[in-house]
Amino acid sequence: MPESSHPDQHRSLTRDDVLKVARLARLTLTEDEIEGLASQLGQILDYVDILQELDTETVEPMAHAVDVSNVLRADEPGSSLDRPDALANAPHNDGSFFLVPQIISPDSSGS
Amino acid sequence: MSTAADTSTALLAQLANGERSSVELTRECLEQIDTHDQRIGAFLHVDAEAALLTAADVDRRRTSGQPVGRLGGLPVAIKDVLTTRDQPTTCASRMLETFRPPYDAHVITQLRAADAVLIGKTNMDEFAMGSTTENSAFGPTRTPWHPECVAGGSSGGSAAAVAAGMAPLALGSDTGGSIRQPASFCGVVGVKPTYGRVSRYGLIAYASSLDQVGPFARDVAGAALLLEVLSGHDPRDATCLDQDVPGFLEDLQQPLDGLSIGIAADHFAEGLDGEVRDTIETALDVYRRLGAQVREISLPHARFAVACYYLVASSEASSNLARYDGVHYGYRCNEFEDLVDMYSRSRGEALGTEVKRRIMLGTYALSVGYYDAYYLKALKVRRLIREDFDRAFGDVDLIVSPVSPTPAVRLGELTADPLQMYLADTYTIGANLAGLPGLSIPAGFSEDGRPIGLQLLAPACEESRLLRAAAMFERATDWHAARPTLERPDLGADT
Repeated sequence: MPESSHPDQHRSLTRDDVLKVARLARLTLTEDEIEGLASQLGQILDYVDILQELDTETVEPMAHAVDVSNVLRADEPGSSLDRPDALANAPHNDGSFFLVPQIISPDSSGS
Repeated sequence: MSTAADTSTALLAQLANGERSSVELTRECLEQIDTHDQRIGAFLHVDAEAALLTAADVDRRRTSGQPVGRLGGLPVAIKDVLTTRDQPTTCASRMLETFRPPYDAHVITQLRAADAVLIGKTNMDEFAMGSTTENSAFGPTRTPWHPECVAGGSSGGSAAAVAAGMAPLALGSDTGGSIRQPASFCGVVGVKPTYGRVSRYGLIAYASSLDQVGPFARDVAGAALLLEVLSGHDPRDATCLDQDVPGFLEDLQQPLDGLSIGIAADHFAEGLDGEVRDTIETALDVYRRLGAQVREISLPHARFAVACYYLVASSEASSNLARYDGVHYGYRCNEFEDLVDMYSRSRGEALGTEVKRRIMLGTYALSVGYYDAYYLKALKVRRLIREDFDRAFGDVDLIVSPVSPTPAVRLGELTADPLQMYLADTYTIGANLAGLPGLSIPAGFSEDGRPIGLQLLAPACEESRLLRAAAMFERATDWHAARPTLERPDLGADT
């Protein structure tokens, strides 16, 4: 089992770092979560720095476990979910559409 | 324990010769769940009525001489990460608490076609992220072998259900060890197939380049049979291999002549529990007695696997879990200011701590300025890890190692320190990064009665070799025959 660095000596992310990432991830965090993540992410990022020991200048990145190539098929129409099935799990719908909060404000329209 | 603890092979024989019916067997499993699952916590949802209807239908067809499928009437438990049409599929998350998928996963279609009895959906770490099933939003799963220890994870519910006589077979998913490690903690056989062997259609995605569905069983033959039913090409998963499925079960009886086994020094280094080490050494002696050659191999990049894995898996998770936005399905918060606030609060309120942690880590690793240093670096190291395995398998047929550094840990033992929890995955994640098949087979017990599994790894698409080697070990030992003693809940003095 690999060893971790000593927990007291690890780096910590700043509150602003955590909030910036949370914004990108669309996550609202509580104060406790922000504090916990600043420390835990710092510790994990410290640990993954061991990868920097390796010279990977000439190594091709490997995104998939097996060599995958594009899988093509004929463009033929098939069946798909009908509307009631597709909407059945929507938290908010009107029987025809998924409903979301208003995105465009009235005064920005028609410009 | 009831006869529901028999192996799937024995049970299928009893069903075929009329010694018991599928309804009787299904009832026994349901009784076992009723009596013990309050304490074990293996199931999130049990549909007794539907299970008994399926069982009765199989019985009717069997007694009237009609053909039945290969799992004819055998109860199978399903990890709650696989979609089941109109049945709850929660991923053990508040986010999907009320979700009823409009379609079956490919493997569910395969099970139904084979006449399996789908007995219920099992507990797991939320969205399959974790190694103890303590990250479930609905409570932990305990190993049936020890009242204070976890079942492992993330497929802890499926492993515990098979060990506790609640279902002879179960499905799990393995992204970094989530089938093999709970199999080890619960004393059952668990197989992670080659990446692409089993369709992921309807497997709710965690890390798509690593996720794979696989079987749990009480013996190797059960795992081989179930893997055969699950495997095969499915055009709905573009990563699914277009290859014929070998006769895993039929091949099983043939031992492997001149088997060569590799062991890596890194797998026996500091941090490995003494009882686990002794168990693995004893297992290697069993193989030597069976005529196998055991030799040292080198996996020089094994010590980088945990760092590589958590960057790759978290990055993919942050992308995959972006779909939970409170619009198409899943939880939506009640109060919000605008659309983005609705997304953020819905996710913030309904996702658990570990899921948020991995989304945050992945988002960080993929963000501008860090992509090259973290995600891209990890993908390059991933290739080095795969090349280690390629070289090693040029010298040996199989690699043997521990599954986990310790037997089942106590509840709460690892939850306070996420990094320690991640490090415990060190032996299993290599197979996921490299796409290889691997399994865990019961190989002994700690002094206080916790099971210890042995991991076997094989080259891609060599599940047959893997299962045959496991069957050799099983025939030479009797660990797989051990069953936990389940204490009955205290019902008063006169029971």
